[in-house]
Amino acid sequence: MLMINGEPIEAAGTEGMTLAAYLDKNEYNIHRIAVEHNDRIIPKAEYDEVVLKDGDVIEIVQFMGGGA
Amino acid sequence: MKEKDTFILGGKEFHSRFILGSGKYSMELIKAAVENAGAEIITLAVRRTNTKQSENILDYIPEHVTLLPNTSGARTAEEAVRIARMARELGCGDFVKVEIMKDSKYLLPDNAETVRATELLVKEGFVVLPYMYPDLYTARDLVNAGAAAVMPLASPIGSNKGLATKEFIQIIMDEIDLPVIVDAGIGRPSQACEAMEMGAAAIMANTAIATAGDIPAMAGAFRSAIEAGRAAYLSGLGRVLERGASASDPLTGFLRD
Repeated sequence: MLMINGEPIEAAGTEGMTLAAYLDKNEYNIHRIAVEHNDRIIPKAEYDEVVLKDGDVIEIVQFMGGGA
Repeated sequence: MKEKDTFILGGKEFHSRFILGSGKYSMELIKAAVENAGAEIITLAVRRTNTKQSENILDYIPEHVTLLPNTSGARTAEEAVRIARMARELGCGDFVKVEIMKDSKYLLPDNAETVRATELLVKEGFVVLPYMYPDLYTARDLVNAGAAAVMPLASPIGSNKGLATKEFIQIIMDEIDLPVIVDAGIGRPSQACEAMEMGAAAIMANTAIATAGDIPAMAGAFRSAIEAGRAAYLSGLGRVLERGASASDPLTGFLRD
């Protein structure tokens, strides 16, 4: 099981993918997101170096409207 | 009055003193609101992404506008640092508005955690604008922590109640050398104008605009009020009499005798 944005995701089918492949498959616009992988922010240039594995905790964020 | 009145923040020069929030209204209205406000700084929040979201708020913000991400959602200094780092990775530059709240009923900032977060973020090279409860000692701590400005609240966030903390904001303006940006609770242009007359460096408003009948038009009304208040401050306000009256007309040459 992986946790992606607070949602449990089955490891089967996701484990072994690179972060870049996962984001592409799920149609994220990588120019508009930031990704934290197990408490470490991943620079965009390293998306294809990170390989997803069971137990990973991933946060994918973007900007939204906000004041306070 | 000075020839050129610019507002410097984090080494950047701004001409507008109106920091616009982007929450609680549609993305389609942002461009018109920014244009009418004359805003050069806009605040944003960082949130989890939904996949396949085709629209992004950045597509609606004009290029020349400086993005000021906030750390809303943070309850501790460490959480604020984490959000600020994510915001920087999103490619917005180094500006960050620190917002740390422990309660969602009144949304009051935690001043102690805010000072701590400011210290941590300044060390990481951020231009830090902390949202704070208007307390002089905290403001001094934020100066020492290296904040670029302080952002005391006028009244509770989103309340549109105006300058409830006026006396305490004035004390901060009088006692510290950083720009004071009056934030939260400013509900109408007259209140923004009054804060500028007091000596505010800028005004931050969101809900007053977002809940107005005509959002872009209200953004324009705030712009006018902020400019008027700034001009009044630079001019030096006329004095107030303790009691009695003082004629403005000549006291000689009356048509009698």
